[in-house]
Amino acid sequence: MTEPAFERVRNIAADVLNTPPQQITSQSSPETIAEWDSVQHLNLILALEEEFGIQFEPEEIEQMGSIEGILAVLDGRAEQARPA
Amino acid sequence: MTSAAVDATLTTSPRAADRGAAQLRADADRYLVDGNVNAARGALNALWAREAGGSTAAFLVSRYERLRPVLQLPTQRVAILRSFTVEPLVPFVRAGAFAGGLDLSVYTSDFNAYVQEILDPGSRLHAFEPDVAILAVQTRDIAPELWRDSADIDQKQTAAVVTRVTTELRGWIASFRARSQASLVVHNLEEPVAPSGGVLDAQAGEGQSEAIRRINRDLQAAAAEHAGVYVLDYNALVARHGRARWHDERKRLTVGLPIAAENLGHLAGEWLRYLHPLAGRVAKAVAVDLDNTLWGGVVGEDGRAGIKLGMEYPGAAYLELQRVLLDLHRRGVLLAICSKNNPEDAMDVLENHPHMLLRPAHFAAMRINWNDKVRNLREIARELNIGLDALAFLDDNPVERQHVRGQLPEVHVLELPADAMRFARVVRESAMFERLRLTAEDERRGAIYQEQRERDHLLQAVASPEEFYRSLQQEVDIAPLTASTLSRCAQLINKTNQFNLTTRRYSEQQLRDLAGSPACDCFSIRVRDRFGDNGLVGVAIAGCQDGVCDIDTFLLSCRVIGRTVETAFLSFLVEHARRRGAHRIQGWFIPTGKNAPASAFYASHGFTEQLREEDRSLWRLDLAGSVLPRCPEWVTIRIIEGQNV
Repeated sequence: MTEPAFERVRNIAADVLNTPPQQITSQSSPETIAEWDSVQHLNLILALEEEFGIQFEPEEIEQMGSIEGILAVLDGRAEQARPA
Repeated sequence: MTSAAVDATLTTSPRAADRGAAQLRADADRYLVDGNVNAARGALNALWAREAGGSTAAFLVSRYERLRPVLQLPTQRVAILRSFTVEPLVPFVRAGAFAGGLDLSVYTSDFNAYVQEILDPGSRLHAFEPDVAILAVQTRDIAPELWRDSADIDQKQTAAVVTRVTTELRGWIASFRARSQASLVVHNLEEPVAPSGGVLDAQAGEGQSEAIRRINRDLQAAAAEHAGVYVLDYNALVARHGRARWHDERKRLTVGLPIAAENLGHLAGEWLRYLHPLAGRVAKAVAVDLDNTLWGGVVGEDGRAGIKLGMEYPGAAYLELQRVLLDLHRRGVLLAICSKNNPEDAMDVLENHPHMLLRPAHFAAMRINWNDKVRNLREIARELNIGLDALAFLDDNPVERQHVRGQLPEVHVLELPADAMRFARVVRESAMFERLRLTAEDERRGAIYQEQRERDHLLQAVASPEEFYRSLQQEVDIAPLTASTLSRCAQLINKTNQFNLTTRRYSEQQLRDLAGSPACDCFSIRVRDRFGDNGLVGVAIAGCQDGVCDIDTFLLSCRVIGRTVETAFLSFLVEHARRRGAHRIQGWFIPTGKNAPASAFYASHGFTEQLREEDRSLWRLDLAGSVLPRCPEWVTIRIIEGQNV
């Protein structure tokens, strides 16, 4: 059994952004979380790559400016990885 | 597709499957709220041992930030001079250091501004006053011709590039040394993943890879010409983790980060293998369990013939671990046994098993009994005369490890995987056993502790302390600092905690500068007795000015204290002050929580307290009209004249 993707992303974001997980929602973004600056954004991307064992494309990273955006990119990856 | 499907399709990380890590995070936060510092530290270190990744690093750093004021860990200031993005490495290296009991402050130079920062004495680098600087430059940045364009250049041009790069590197090292006393760690250059000449590159005498190897060889020679300059074998690090998997080309092009996320921890870990020994935060001893650690199986049940140890699988895994421990022993790390066992069963294996590499003589202390391991580790530290923070613990049993982490958070508990075939590697990769220089004392340390046990037997056999001192037949050599004793003196200055009056730490370079200044005299002391040579075991630094001799540093290794050698050394220093024309000798005692054995030293040698500032005290002795400390009659003192280096 694994945690749902939202939980995994939220827990990583909570660690990297040093913010309680309860305060992170799918709508969270650099606008709503003060710690989410450009340095922490890179750290967040890297921590997600480590967690999910993937390397994101620059185009994907551009879409990952919010928790919702991150989940959408991960969904896209899962779609590709699913056997036809 | 829903997010739930993501979990089913994407690889499952250990973290997701592991509820223990979430529990440890919650535990750490709960202990933090309760103010239970030891337990919080134990939970954080257990978490790091379990999953040393990027998000855990951020978690550890934020929690340790809150513990900093209470813990008062030794600190180290690290400057990173770089030609690429290193910011994501900072939480990794800080978290790893915190877990190893070291508090790092990290400065990163401006992008590609390392040359200016080294050269300009007013730069932010020098204003930061680092203890250690890491020069992290890449082949592609300082030798681009050798990284991708080498098909375009001929042999003569290649030689010119090699000359240019080696000259540059040598120049930066010399400039840094001239402007800073910090230690310098220099990355060497990595070879290209696929040389442009293809397989031909390995045939030609002057291939692309060979050109880089020549630069690396010259870098090694250049580093050896300076005190406190060390080479980090970046080329080997990349190869160890897979050259083809090391990089992330997209991130290099977009954010200047050439290293893939999965390898950031590896580079940070490699830095720690330098930072820990440079800070003196290393393990002086490792206490090992026996059953299922040094051998497979349980000797009490399987018997000597039934345990797994030898050349075949799975006994070879345990043999390999013993080989690594033997390497540590040769490096001067003391070995001890901490095992729940019947002593007769265990000793039978240690003495008689044909494949044991480690024998009773390799162990400086043994606790083979049924007591709590926490109690046994405390006793081992006391017997070896080292702090708990200088002790590492190796045990296959996760319950024992967790127990020790919770009760003795200072002890460095190594995280052993379930698979014994991987035990040796864990020990080999630990930063806690690294040494940057080996002194003659390191190589003889095991023997020295054996001689100590013989001395202890003698002490128990004689009637009075005086009789003991006399029977030891101690001879001491006191000499100025020389090029050949500099490393050992710096080592003592950085790791002696107990008999150390001021605990001032100096790098090799700082010590060399101190010794070279006319205002200062540095002395070392060597002690021999009928049981053997203890080697170089003490350092004193004193400066005489305006008739006052000021003792800056006075320390002795714990292995010779309590045998009146300290009195002999002080009597020499007093005589030295008199000959320098001083009328008074004085020195501070600065308490650290660890140097209680030295607290009464000045008072018991006729000094009077002159001044008290908070918990520090300044002690003085007027050379005229006082009873001066004299060298005990049972110590033969030999003074070697000469100049400091």
